[in-house]
Amino acid sequence: MEALDTLLLSRIQFAANISFHILFPTITIALAWVLLFFKWRYNRTGDYDWMRAYFFWVKVFALSFALGVVSGITMSFQFGTNWPGYMESVGNIAGPLLAYEIITAFFLEAVFLGIMLFGFRKVPGWLHTFATAAVAVGTLMSAFWILVLNSWMHTPQGFEMRDGVAHVTSWMEIIFNPSMPYRLIHMLLASGLTVAFLVAGISALRWLMRDRSNELRKTMRVGVWMGALLIPAQIFMGDLHGLNTLEHQPAKVAAMEGNWETGSNVPLVLFALPDEEARENRFELAIPNGASLILKHSADGVVPGLNDFVAEDGTIEHPPVAPVFWSFRVMVGVGFAMLTLSWAAAFAMRGGRGVEGLPRPLLWAFVPMALSGWVATLAGWYTTEIGRQPWLVHGVLSTEAAVGDVPPSMVMSTLIAYLAVYAVLLAAYLGVLVHLARKQAHGAEPEPGRAADPAPEMTPVPAE
Amino acid sequence: MTLFADPTLWLPLAFAALMGLSILVYVVLDGYDLGVGMLFPFATASERDRMVASIGPFWDANETWLVLAVGLLLVAFPYAHGTILTALYLPVAIMLIGLILRGVSFEFRVKAPAPHKWAWNAAFFAGSLMAAAAQGWMLGMYVMGLEHTLGNALFAAASAVFLCIGYSLIGATWLILKTDGDLQRKAVRWARGGIWGVAGGLAAISAATPLVSPRIWEKWFSVPEIFLLAPLPILSGVLLAVLWFSLRRLPTADDQFAWLPFTATTGLVILAFIGLAYSFYPYVVPERMTIYEAAAAPGSLFIMLIGVLVVVPVIIGYSALAYWVFRGKATELRYD
Repeated sequence: MEALDTLLLSRIQFAANISFHILFPTITIALAWVLLFFKWRYNRTGDYDWMRAYFFWVKVFALSFALGVVSGITMSFQFGTNWPGYMESVGNIAGPLLAYEIITAFFLEAVFLGIMLFGFRKVPGWLHTFATAAVAVGTLMSAFWILVLNSWMHTPQGFEMRDGVAHVTSWMEIIFNPSMPYRLIHMLLASGLTVAFLVAGISALRWLMRDRSNELRKTMRVGVWMGALLIPAQIFMGDLHGLNTLEHQPAKVAAMEGNWETGSNVPLVLFALPDEEARENRFELAIPNGASLILKHSADGVVPGLNDFVAEDGTIEHPPVAPVFWSFRVMVGVGFAMLTLSWAAAFAMRGGRGVEGLPRPLLWAFVPMALSGWVATLAGWYTTEIGRQPWLVHGVLSTEAAVGDVPPSMVMSTLIAYLAVYAVLLAAYLGVLVHLARKQAHGAEPEPGRAADPAPEMTPVPAE
Repeated sequence: MTLFADPTLWLPLAFAALMGLSILVYVVLDGYDLGVGMLFPFATASERDRMVASIGPFWDANETWLVLAVGLLLVAFPYAHGTILTALYLPVAIMLIGLILRGVSFEFRVKAPAPHKWAWNAAFFAGSLMAAAAQGWMLGMYVMGLEHTLGNALFAAASAVFLCIGYSLIGATWLILKTDGDLQRKAVRWARGGIWGVAGGLAAISAATPLVSPRIWEKWFSVPEIFLLAPLPILSGVLLAVLWFSLRRLPTADDQFAWLPFTATTGLVILAFIGLAYSFYPYVVPERMTIYEAAAAPGSLFIMLIGVLVVVPVIIGYSALAYWVFRGKATELRYD
């Protein structure tokens, strides 16, 4: 069973790397545009508080960007070290898409990042704004190419197989594959929500640390409104994406719904422990006709069941049920928590009441919700990626066929090393976010037991 | 133009050339910032801030050349990509962890609470060392044909040491260019120390490569090749001499010629690279797989080539802009 061990370990290793990686692009994709917005507001109004907001958040951006870059490099190597069958089989398609990501996005971001971070005093204002815009466009293009490739792995088309190797027949069909527009917009909105709640959460934390600067009032408003506006769009988009998945990957939707038998009037399962041995749900709590209503928009709509995806010899051809079922529920649950919190906050801040209008429990609720975008994004990716199993490229290449011939001990030892590094970095990242927030909140006031902050321009502007 | 008549002939060659160019640019550019990282333990706290400032605006773009190089290997030679990277599984993992530590320490060392700074400085040094040593090991293993034997491992270990010294030399010459005062004087001393390691490394790789394979021996030591190739070792010798004499004179009073050691070192890297490329052509996996056997389908290569030819000049253009904006001696990095 050596092959299986390497397969499982390689999957865990890639899952660990890609999970760690996606945390940071999820922040940088939207944060770049938020920074551009700050810079644009400063250019228009001349209000230096917008630049203060920029300087604070650009630090978070720089840190997130660095973590995203280094963990992304890891993945580009792991295609070869752990999944050589992937490029050998579909390299003619994946290759150019990845190459276009590197040449159109990576270099644009990486080169202009220096000017964006350190160039405010060195270059004319328009060039600094341009550098910020270039980085924002770069992150967006990077997301575009990666989501094209990922969507193609879910809904492949525009190619033909010759001797086990995929050859391109139409680039338009590959790029504009059926799930790409849904997945791309779903992910971009997820990034926007992650940043909205991160900005609101850190701003709330600073407010609770008695920071009363005007810059903070601005960022809190931006975060709350961004969240309140994007979340309904995301719920609507998620529904469309689900319908698209139902059309192309019914087994995944059956696992998301925890539905075993194909039929009409399928209930919406709110809670259950799916049991793959017995092929049924335990402790099921469900709303009658719910799944039929959501997926077919009629109470007697027919919804596919998992038992349709078992071969005659008993081979399971659907994804593992419990992880897909649960990660989907986590994602949706976090989404509704975002809706509740951002709308409550937007209501409390209405009509110029501002941050003062927010009751303390609401401010406190924003602090843990700073990371809600991460949780929802990861849960969503687990739903869609585990939901594609046992395929790596749906219907074309199985995950098992792509794995490399490396001894399991080697995969295991590197896995442990990566996990240790990622754990330390994640702890350090969160620690530094809190540290930056505290430094900003306390400004030049010396903290007990620590030297005064030497940067005088970090002094918060007195409230009003 | 018979060469261009058959795209299965010239497309793999074009991509091999592009990949070679990316690796070369990577070695020079990331070479200087990994080298600066490895010189960290020899510097004082304020010198370290200055050293990081000299590479801060550039390191990210420098590393992107590695992504491009492995990306081109991945996309243009998918069959070789798996073979090479599975054979180098552990050193690749060590290099990646090194690059992770190095990259994030840039950010953490200035943003983390001050009492933690020493730990991120240590991670910055360790990451740079891990990445450089792993790359040297991989170079040695690659030259030896990716066969895991004790002799090859010893050679790879020596190659790792030489590459670390080589990167440190590039890093030191970069500091001569980008700093002044005490740190510049120190950098000159560091560079003087590195020059011997580099000469030894060049000699060892040059001696070993033809001995590994009769085919490479044939390519070097037959007439007229030996005369056509003679400029490589001769020019290398001249550049080493230039380096040696310039380091004895630097730093000059008006900072003239501060650019010379970095330029000479870059020249050495280019010559060494041409030598290696000549030895291994047409193989992408030494003695096992040629670039023509490993290449992706011509249609896929062609669509990438168009993108690369349009975009690479633009990349060079805005890289030049970044170097121009941050020209001159490195000053403190400020966000505001």
